[in-house]
Amino acid sequence: MRVELVKRKEHSRKMALLSPLIAVGLTAIAAGIIFSISGHNPLSGLYKFFIEPLTQEWSFNATIAKATPLILIACGLSVCYLSNNWNIGAEGQFIVGALFGSALPILMPDFENAATLPLMMVFGVIGGALWALIPAVLKTRFNTNEILTSLMLVYVASLLLDYLVRGPWRDPGGYNFPESAMFSDAATLSTIPGTSLSFAAPITVTVAIVLAVILGKTLKGFEIRVMGESPRAGSFAGFSAKKLTLFSFATAGGLAGLAGTMEVSGALNQLLPTISPGYGFTAIIVAFLGRLNPFGIIVAGFVLALSYIGGEAVQSAMGVSNKIASVIQGLLLFFVLACDTLILYRIRFVGRRGSAGEASHV
Amino acid sequence: MGDGVAETVTTTGDAGAGRQGRSGKDTLLDARGLTKRFGDILANDRVDLVINRGEIHALLGENGAGKSTLVKMFYGSLEPDGGEILWQGNRVDIGNPAAARDLGIGMVFQHFSLFEALSVVENIALALPNPGRMSELSNRIQTVSRDYGLPLNPEDIVADLPVGIRQRIEIVRCLLQEPQLIIMDEPTSVLTPQEADLLFLTLERLAKEGCAVLYISHRLEEVKRICHHATILRHGQVVRECDPTKETPASLASMMVGADVASVSASAQKPVIGEPRLALKNLSAKAATPFATALNNVSLDLRAGEVVAIAGVAGNGQGELFDAISGEMPVAADMVVLDGKPCGNRNITWRRRQNAAFVPEERLGHGAVPGMKLSQNIVLTRHSTGDKLVSAAFVSTANAGKMEQRIKKIYDVRMSHDDPEARSLSGGNLQKFVVGRELDRKPGVLIVNQPTWGVDAGAAALIRQALIDLARSGSAVLVISQDLDEIFEIADRIAVISRGYLSAAEPTDDMNRERVGLLMAGGAEAQGEVA
Repeated sequence: MRVELVKRKEHSRKMALLSPLIAVGLTAIAAGIIFSISGHNPLSGLYKFFIEPLTQEWSFNATIAKATPLILIACGLSVCYLSNNWNIGAEGQFIVGALFGSALPILMPDFENAATLPLMMVFGVIGGALWALIPAVLKTRFNTNEILTSLMLVYVASLLLDYLVRGPWRDPGGYNFPESAMFSDAATLSTIPGTSLSFAAPITVTVAIVLAVILGKTLKGFEIRVMGESPRAGSFAGFSAKKLTLFSFATAGGLAGLAGTMEVSGALNQLLPTISPGYGFTAIIVAFLGRLNPFGIIVAGFVLALSYIGGEAVQSAMGVSNKIASVIQGLLLFFVLACDTLILYRIRFVGRRGSAGEASHV
Repeated sequence: MGDGVAETVTTTGDAGAGRQGRSGKDTLLDARGLTKRFGDILANDRVDLVINRGEIHALLGENGAGKSTLVKMFYGSLEPDGGEILWQGNRVDIGNPAAARDLGIGMVFQHFSLFEALSVVENIALALPNPGRMSELSNRIQTVSRDYGLPLNPEDIVADLPVGIRQRIEIVRCLLQEPQLIIMDEPTSVLTPQEADLLFLTLERLAKEGCAVLYISHRLEEVKRICHHATILRHGQVVRECDPTKETPASLASMMVGADVASVSASAQKPVIGEPRLALKNLSAKAATPFATALNNVSLDLRAGEVVAIAGVAGNGQGELFDAISGEMPVAADMVVLDGKPCGNRNITWRRRQNAAFVPEERLGHGAVPGMKLSQNIVLTRHSTGDKLVSAAFVSTANAGKMEQRIKKIYDVRMSHDDPEARSLSGGNLQKFVVGRELDRKPGVLIVNQPTWGVDAGAAALIRQALIDLARSGSAVLVISQDLDEIFEIADRIAVISRGYLSAAEPTDDMNRERVGLLMAGGAEAQGEVA
């Protein structure tokens, strides 16, 4: 017997919805196998990893706090991926955004008023966007591969952060620890009254909604989708591929930069040598798991945030390395991309030997 | 080739009797009840076909009639779901193209599979199972190609060769394997009339030597001229067999379509020539890639009321010319003038707002986005032309849907369900849609590249008539086409493009195929250089 992929005449809407769910299911099965290979009960492992964090208030809040930057970055990335621009460097754009946003409280600690926080956020957006525009300009001017350049700039950005917190931006009163001074209250993103959640979460949801409207209803959104699917048809429609590359990178970088600023201002309150547990990379998975749709991304961001919290949970409860979180994230991306095949193809089982196919033209 | 059996005319009902009548000791290939199904579509339904030695056998049918599916089964690229193939009287299972070649079945494809950066001999060596030493192969190529009147220089790089010569490479490659049956898919679609004549001589010689040729073509004139027998497919079934020499192109066409085909003629209604709408003035552009064609001092005036056609063999700069006129390839401002306004450096949206409209050659992926619905594909070209599709940056799905309904109705675009993705339409229906989308605007200037490429006879007549009607209503229409029949049907004036040079547009009445052929073969180039 043989398994064949048969091309569908049109996209399957049913599969577009089912594919992420199938992927999550397959990931859970694979994770269960990994738990049992490492000598643990797979069911209790899965429970501790995926379910338990949702049952307690503190871990639920922690999940939302982790989901926020993931969703914000993934929203920006979806603009890139929909338009066929492969921005892999959101991690770097997140860091540079955080640096730009922190410049104000670190270099001008006495500038404390109502404008401080909004200005920091604007700087964060600008910083992330500028960093993202480097690979975009290289692509449009010199035709370089943006996957490589955007990824390499991640390492430049994280070394820049490391240099700044160990050097010029180190807290003079910090006993030589590699960290910046704590931000003032005016530079701190406050929490929603009555909860322990910062305002980052509602800001992120608002951005996601606005983006969903832009992508779904406006000509710009149409342009983004056309360019992603068929650049030649896009140029026939009068859209400029180069301008859109710059636009999509700037959008993704700006949102990653905003996420970076809100992370240091709301969660960390200072700059540290490491400010991200790989949000920029995990957001790639979030974007695809969420079908590059802002509402899907909100759900997907939550699922991936759970993997961070779940990783810590199984480490403390079962002694499994928290690297399991990265393994599961990787598996998830793998299965999502694999299941996406089913949107445009269906599986057919063939009983007997088949043809050599059309690929056999000489 | 016995004359008596060739004229057997059969219908679906007694196709078996016809086969019986034709098969004999000369039978090379005998297909019985071949069936191939793709999903819900029966591409071939119990097809019987007999090919005799020394016979040039035409396989006719509209697009989607199942011709390609049938020959792919003969060539081993597809496996039949039912029926059997007898080769020289023995039942065979052709599992793959290599097995077909071992039997002695060769195929020359419509779209060449040549590596442009390699030489002729290297390309041929790649396709042979045992190429042997290159120098010996070169000698064989020279001998065989000279013998058959298709001279080739084995050392030439393919990229430097015109399309006609490239086709020779494919044919010689096929001949080197000493086939007994050669399948040719639309071989003359890329040739000048003179090159086609040469090919016909070769085919006749092959037939005399006992080789059979299965010849697929839409050009019924040439089928009538060179083929000994014709099998006509419609909706996957053999509907007729006939002797094409005893038919007329019109009668062959109506057999293919199953109904009379409306004839189209530009001369039926004389044009009322008005103002110049589009002018090209010494339009030149460098080739963007090593395999693209440069445009050299192309000049043309297109006036309201007329249809001007640009003839030429594929790959002589038609695509580049289209891109320069549409604005996808910017050039110097005064090289393209629309209604008196220089616009060579303006983008396509600006030109559309000047009431120009464009239909590119490639309908899927250039004229339409494959994975988008038809209503969204309407927004593609009409988002900025004052059709109320976009207001305050928001796209109106409702208006796009209404427009889709209208175009679908007027231009008879057939679809399985409402507003499908572009990729699910058949080629002919999608072409009706992309042409209809622009005609619906009543543009002042319409540029169409290959308006009826791969479109069946009925739809082609509809599109051609619509182009003439548009011109007669006072617009200017420029048609770029490789189909001479089409050009002589619809054009008021004809220009010829060759290697990026354009000949002067002359009235159709002063032109004939001979002259167009000479211009295609380089005459246009000489004229352009003098100018």
